Amino acid sequence: MVLTELRKGDRAIIRALRADAELRNRLHSFGIIPGETLEVKGCSLARQTMEIDVDGTLIALRKDEAEKIEVEKIDADH
Amino acid sequence: MNRETIKVALVGQPNVGKSSLINAISKANLHVGNFAGVTVEKSEVHTRYCDSSGCAEYEVVIIDLPGAYSLNDYSLEERVTKEFLLDEEYDLIVNVVDATHLQRNLLLTAELLELGRKMVVALNMIDEAEAEGIEIDERQLSSILGVPVVKTSARTKRGLDELMEAIVAVYKKPQTESKIVYSDYIEEEIDRLVRFFQERHYNSPIPYRNLAIRLLQEDTRIYKAMHDDPIWIELLPILRSALDHFYLHSGKMDIREIFADEHFAFAKGARMEVLSTRTPRARNLTQKIDNLLINKYLGIPIFLFLMWGLFQLTFSLGQLPMDWIQAGFDWLADQTRAVLGDSQLSSVIADGILGGVGAVVSFLPNIIILFFGIALLETTGYMARVAFLLDGFFHKFGLHGKSFVPLVTGFGCTVPAYMAARTLKSRTDRLITLFILGFMSCSARIPVYVLFAGAFFGTEHAGNILFLIYISGALFGLLAAKVLRTFVFKGQDDPFVMEMPKYRLPSLKLIYHVVSGQAMDYLRKAGTFILLASVLVWFASNYPKNPKLERQYETRIEGAATSEAKTHLQGKLQEELLAQSYLGRLGKATQPFFAPLGFDWKLSVSLEAGLAAKEVVVSTLGVLYALGDSAATGSRALQEQLRRHVSFPAALAFIVFVMLYVPCVAAMAVFKQETGSWLYLLYLFAGTTGVAWLFSFIAYNIAKLLV
Repeated sequence: MVLTELRKGDRAIIRALRADAELRNRLHSFGIIPGETLEVKGCSLARQTMEIDVDGTLIALRKDEAEKIEVEKIDADH
Repeated sequence: MNRETIKVALVGQPNVGKSSLINAISKANLHVGNFAGVTVEKSEVHTRYCDSSGCAEYEVVIIDLPGAYSLNDYSLEERVTKEFLLDEEYDLIVNVVDATHLQRNLLLTAELLELGRKMVVALNMIDEAEAEGIEIDERQLSSILGVPVVKTSARTKRGLDELMEAIVAVYKKPQTESKIVYSDYIEEEIDRLVRFFQERHYNSPIPYRNLAIRLLQEDTRIYKAMHDDPIWIELLPILRSALDHFYLHSGKMDIREIFADEHFAFAKGARMEVLSTRTPRARNLTQKIDNLLINKYLGIPIFLFLMWGLFQLTFSLGQLPMDWIQAGFDWLADQTRAVLGDSQLSSVIADGILGGVGAVVSFLPNIIILFFGIALLETTGYMARVAFLLDGFFHKFGLHGKSFVPLVTGFGCTVPAYMAARTLKSRTDRLITLFILGFMSCSARIPVYVLFAGAFFGTEHAGNILFLIYISGALFGLLAAKVLRTFVFKGQDDPFVMEMPKYRLPSLKLIYHVVSGQAMDYLRKAGTFILLASVLVWFASNYPKNPKLERQYETRIEGAATSEAKTHLQGKLQEELLAQSYLGRLGKATQPFFAPLGFDWKLSVSLEAGLAAKEVVVSTLGVLYALGDSAATGSRALQEQLRRHVSFPAALAFIVFVMLYVPCVAAMAVFKQETGSWLYLLYLFAGTTGVAWLFSFIAYNIAKLLV
């Protein structure tokens, strides 16, 4: 699944970045790297932008970019 | 004794408190914001350093490079920083690291270590980290990185002396090799290359290991530099086999991704070894505030309310000191006339200089309050939330959430706003933002709005009217952006990936620096540019003289029966004298262009004079409507005059015109510099003037139907 399918409060492991080299480097420099865990902190109206927490850094992403991040949801009871 | 100078490049990711740190060390006045786009600034610090060989004085020059998340060419800031680090002369790097985001910050540190330069790491905001329950073993970190690590805090002034000591100590010591260790398969290839260089005794300005690493990273600069070297032929097959080895081993075909993984592993490993946390607290606070401020439904209304409050505050609180300043200048003008008598000199000082500059200075309170509010939004971290909230909205109009920053700055002054647009990476996003920035009403236009809103809507409604003017200017800009995006600049969108900094209590000192700096800029403008423009306008409105006309009127005035008739004739004389002055002639010549908008020649002239600077519109109106009337230099009296001479529809059209046409010469110069094109400047000028005319025409005619 991709990041945009997650809801506020969901936690997930980043699996892959389906982005071009430039965007991937950008994501990397923010710590958005496969294997890391993220948590969805919030979405703006109409889910145009979302805020995620990766290792304590809060990052805002637009829908277009979030769709390129493949994740695996961690079940809430874990 | 000659002091030695140490040149330090200060590098760090955005929001790590770089500028605050430099501020704390050098007490220099630097702008700090939660956003990139801060220009490169230098500052100097004296320091005294003692060791076994004795004491010496040093001059440390610190170059504050723009914040960069990594050394990619992603944004303009990153490019500037990277190019400086690679091409410029400096002695060592001070890498400022945010202790509360150690792992992410170490990604940049890893890249910096690869440059093979002397380096010191400042573990900044350590007080915040400790408050959050984060403990960092800086000795362990220092041994992992192979460079000194100093815990610092700009706020509590902790570690500042130690940092200076570390800088001098590293400066005096010889270069050491970077200690960053890669996966075995990469290390193998590095060793192979290093051995190769050693065998050839290759002459390299940086250590062999660093040279090898940069070759393996396919660094284009190194490739270019070594390309013409005969050794290149032998080097090439080694590199090719090394890269094949990498691809095979990692299963990835992108060398940058391979090294990004390495940096990440290094950063993560380093953090695990040196950092321990107790329960995080401050982060929860940011979370709680965010739950409210970026709430799906409440976020935007809260933001609009804050903006509305700021504008109300600007204009109601600012009114009082404004009246005092005006009274002061009126008094000065009266004194001048009393001392110098009725002469040319007294007129140029009282009417030209004092009238013009007085009008400008009296708006200082408004401007200070507005800048204070904007600085508050910036330093607390709220600005980034606003970009987050508004991106969905801005994106629809072909803009970027980050466009919000220059757009809001545009409410202060268009000149820094044009420069703030540099934070936008894609040229298309940037150009569109640049083109519509002029529609955000800059503070220099406040005087015009306040004058007209007060005159035609009453002081009690002025705040609401101003809010309306600002909002409609902004909406207009958005529509213009959509039009530009749809028809003129079609292209790829800039990706939106942005850090949301933690909420911070604003530092009063910092805000004071920002606000006082901007207020001084405004005054300096008033002192020079606007002074010149007001004297010019005074001259153009007083010359050429017409003694014949004056004599004619004097006879008629003497012959007048009542004092009322005398005053009337005197007024008529002033008007006729003005009408035949240079200014009057210019106004009359261009009046046909403005006639459909209901403007008389006085309004036309003040709009033209307003190209010099928007404040000049008010001072010109002051001169044109109040010349010879000593009580009329204040805006109250001017409002009276305007109400008497200008119709309501024309006043409305005038507001619309001022709202939409180009800000000023200074802004145009910066626009040209930022777009790099005279043609774009021409488009801007023609486009905004055309649009301003059209909408003034519409406003004028609608108002005429309604009134």
